[in-house]
Amino acid sequence: MSTTNTATLELRNLEVAYTVRGIDREVLRDISLSIAPGEAYGLVGESGCGKSTAAFAAMRYLPRNGKITGGAILFEGKNIVEMADDEVSSLRRSAISMVYQNPATALNPTIRVGDQVAEVFQLSGVSKSDSLEMAQAALVQVQIADPAQVMRRYAHQLSGGMAQRVVIAMALASNPRLLVMDEPTTGLDATVEAEVLDLVRELRRDTGTAVLFISHNLGVIRHMCDRVGVLYAGALVEQGATADLFNNPSHPYTVGLLRCIPRGGLHKSTDRLDTIPGTPPALGTHFDGCVFADRCALADDNCRTRLPQMVTISGAHVARCFHSDKASSMPRSIELIEYASQADVHSVHNDDTLLSINHLSKIFTQDGHKVQVINDVSFNLGFGETLGLVGESGSGKTTIAKLVLGLVSPEEGGVITLDGKGLAKTLNRRDVHDVGSMQIVFQNPDQALNRRHSVTRIVGRAVERLRGFNVSDAIDRAHELLSGMRVEASLHSARPVQLSGGLKQRVAISRAFAGSPQIVVCDEPTSALDVSVQAAILNLLVDLQKQDGVSFIFISHDLGVVRYISDRIAVLYLGRVVEFGTSQRVFNGPFHPYTEALLSSVPNIDGSIRKRIPLTGVVPSPSNPPSGCVLNPRCPRKAGSGYETLCETEEPNLTEVEPGHFMRCHIPVANLKQLQS
Amino acid sequence: MKQFILKRLGLSVVTVFLVAVIVFFLTHILPGNVARQYLGKGATEEDLVEFRRVFGLDRSLLAQLFGWIGDLLHGDLGESMQYRVSVKDLLLPAIGYSSKLAGVAFFLIVPISIAGGVIAAMNRGKKIDRAITVGGLSAAVIPEFVWAIVLVLTVGVTFQIFPVSAFPDEGNRSILNQIWYLILPSISLLLVLFGYIARITRAGVIEALESDYMRTAVLKGMIRRKAVSKHVLRNALLPTIAVIASQVPYLIGGLIAVEIVFNYPGFGTVLKGAVDARDYAVLQSGVIISSLVIVIFQLIADILFAVLNPRIRQKVSE
Ligand SMILES: Nc1ncnc2c1ncn2[C@@H]1O[C@H](COP(=O)(O)OP(=O)(O)OP(=O)(O)O)[C@@H](O)[C@H]1O
Ligand code: SF4
Ligand code: SF4
Ligand SMILES: [Mg+2]
Repeated sequence: MSTTNTATLELRNLEVAYTVRGIDREVLRDISLSIAPGEAYGLVGESGCGKSTAAFAAMRYLPRNGKITGGAILFEGKNIVEMADDEVSSLRRSAISMVYQNPATALNPTIRVGDQVAEVFQLSGVSKSDSLEMAQAALVQVQIADPAQVMRRYAHQLSGGMAQRVVIAMALASNPRLLVMDEPTTGLDATVEAEVLDLVRELRRDTGTAVLFISHNLGVIRHMCDRVGVLYAGALVEQGATADLFNNPSHPYTVGLLRCIPRGGLHKSTDRLDTIPGTPPALGTHFDGCVFADRCALADDNCRTRLPQMVTISGAHVARCFHSDKASSMPRSIELIEYASQADVHSVHNDDTLLSINHLSKIFTQDGHKVQVINDVSFNLGFGETLGLVGESGSGKTTIAKLVLGLVSPEEGGVITLDGKGLAKTLNRRDVHDVGSMQIVFQNPDQALNRRHSVTRIVGRAVERLRGFNVSDAIDRAHELLSGMRVEASLHSARPVQLSGGLKQRVAISRAFAGSPQIVVCDEPTSALDVSVQAAILNLLVDLQKQDGVSFIFISHDLGVVRYISDRIAVLYLGRVVEFGTSQRVFNGPFHPYTEALLSSVPNIDGSIRKRIPLTGVVPSPSNPPSGCVLNPRCPRKAGSGYETLCETEEPNLTEVEPGHFMRCHIPVANLKQLQS
Repeated sequence: MKQFILKRLGLSVVTVFLVAVIVFFLTHILPGNVARQYLGKGATEEDLVEFRRVFGLDRSLLAQLFGWIGDLLHGDLGESMQYRVSVKDLLLPAIGYSSKLAGVAFFLIVPISIAGGVIAAMNRGKKIDRAITVGGLSAAVIPEFVWAIVLVLTVGVTFQIFPVSAFPDEGNRSILNQIWYLILPSISLLLVLFGYIARITRAGVIEALESDYMRTAVLKGMIRRKAVSKHVLRNALLPTIAVIASQVPYLIGGLIAVEIVFNYPGFGTVLKGAVDARDYAVLQSGVIISSLVIVIFQLIADILFAVLNPRIRQKVSE
């Protein structure tokens, strides 16, 4: 058969099930899609919808309890479901490869990186010494700095971005005709993610490899893929050319997903985020009708009893919905809540300072070396205000949160003032009132909640401790708090394991509010959650702020989220505040060169292509910071600015460049503005 | 790396020193009067004085302690109270014999147990896995001397496959023949240690089999058997090494019991004689030597672990 019009990969009515406690549970429901040679096909959907299952099925590598219960997987026309193991191995050696999330664990910790890449060549019969040379060439191809040296390293000596490049090099080594990428950049910093994505795009242009690209991040998919499929509960609900699908989403689920995302310019002061009510169905749920009916605003009886078929929207754009024509105009889903607050309703955010942080520094000792992770950080937080902290991993966001909370103590000279009163440096020397007035919500509620206690008990104990309530009053208050966070009464006696991620986070937030806090530190509170759940949590935080006048310090690597929820933003680099100002200022410019690079690396879902300002090189180690301005070896604006020598010798101060807008850069703001226009 | 080895070495020296001090005080304080204990009720006052003078028991405790440790450092283990010969002459040949037995046992136990663990892991959930895991654990419940007796009675006496003593007669003492005689005693040790080592190996192999890097290897197109030998074993056996080293004390303990059953003139048999005769000088040295062996194996295991594990090796060499 000719290969010209044969799809590289075709899933034909694919059904996959996992056997759990003896019962087969359907994960992929009648999936059909095909990827042409050289095409990039994106698969999106929320956690658990079956994206990874589809990816591994395409490699014919399912977990021990997984099995293909129906349909076919055709690679260049041949059904790999029926192939012998040898034949599949040989395909993997020569024609299909995979790149996965968590590159660090994908590499063997005890074998040198170079040998692991060389292995791919050896598998196709190349001699050992030739394979090492070819491995180095492969590393050159993925633009790793100093490939000869990287060859001799072990996995733990690589940064996340480098490890992912090595994994990509390994995947491309066999010149595959199909590359399966499962969340290849999830967990990487925004600037690293942007570089890896650029690399993948370039390599694809050079090699013409077909790609199955999987991500939960719609922005990434929009920038990487020619065509997109949307997966919900294991069913493909919409598919089409990227621009068509994003500009004219025609399935209510796709519409809902896109509306949940805090996208460009939305701000809590004017816009409330949409959510998708309800939760995804449990694994293996059987449906007579549409898989989305339980959560769909347009659902009618027909939807619940008859299985919708794919209908054509335009050209190759199809949606599996009876009412696809009404999807884009479907009513918004905004939960409006009646507040039942104990506290008086505060007037929202005024200019009085609630928390003042002055000259905080922190030096950790690591293997005998002193590492300064926080360097002279100062900022103020007003009543009812949200301060966003952004910066790449290792920039010191969490350490600042810990300093504020007294979980680690600052170096000599650092002062924290709350409501005009100086705070003790460490938690155990702060009184109950001070402790209760500052609380934290973590990224991962699983680790933060005691799994053996009921939800009421978890919150009730915090009330007892922080408010001095007796047990029965504390339980009453716990119920009130939980209901206020929209945790239904029927769940109050549940244990954390019985709750979804979003509900667990609500419990964690309830607990943080037990002591009527003035400030709640939120450390990546929505990073582990799906966008629809994230939207609900962000709405909740905004409500709480309006209702109780609480202030937030909000840490996130997701700039869209930070922009939406923050009044002011501090941008951190290597333990320093490099830019500080109102959300408006920081996002609309003039920008500090680092902020500019950071913002330009985010792929937005509106598809607008911003010119990327690349940050070259890697984040330097805080144990050995560069001289002068710490950004100077990577700074995109240094060269040609006329300030090069100053940049390399002298650290700039944080200065007020416009009213209320601070920057740490030698280039005068007027020049920056000009460069950036 | 050098620093790490030196540090571990220092720690080992301290450990042995502490053992020496404890042993010294246990033997000198607890039983009360060494001379009386040794010479028995019938001894006269002069006998006691003479005995104490000969063995230096008339000095102060501290002087005795430091005198003894000083002697130890010079390789002088003192004199056996029972045989009135140097302890060294008594123990050295015995240690030689025991080393042979331990060596044979070690080379039997380690490969077989590891192979058992690997086979169980590769066939997880199948019959052979259950046979190895359950069988190994059940066998370990029975102490080695019972196994030794059972083995002597069955394969030795009834079926006469293996010799019932561990030591060949004068006639044929070729190396092979000596090893042949040591196999049965080794098997009784194997039965006790197999289950434990196999179980740890199995756990390590399963973890490595389920690792992301194993997945990478398979998705590179490696066939499973090759991926296992290249990517799984090295990572899986790391924790096993540490476990084997931690089993050395049990091996020594088991050795003593087995030697006695098989009437083998090794270290254990000599020590037992010393216990029966309350020969403190020999006992003290015996304990010190055992602790030395244990500490040395722990040291070797730690170094091996560090050398095989790049993450630790790097940390260690910083
Ligand atoms: N080995 C397994 N046994 C049973 N259930 C499984 C197994 N692996 C995955 N599942 C379940 O199957 C469903 C689909 O999982 P899959 O990993 O494909 O989702 P995903 O879309 O990749 O999610 P994520 O975005 O979280 O990676 C989920 O409900 C998941 O909990
Ligand atoms: S078929 Fe009905 S329930 Fe399903 S998405 Fe369309 S409108 Fe909603
Ligand atoms: S001071 Fe120089 S190096 Fe630093 S950010 Fe400004 S231009 Fe870049
Ligand atoms: Mg996944």
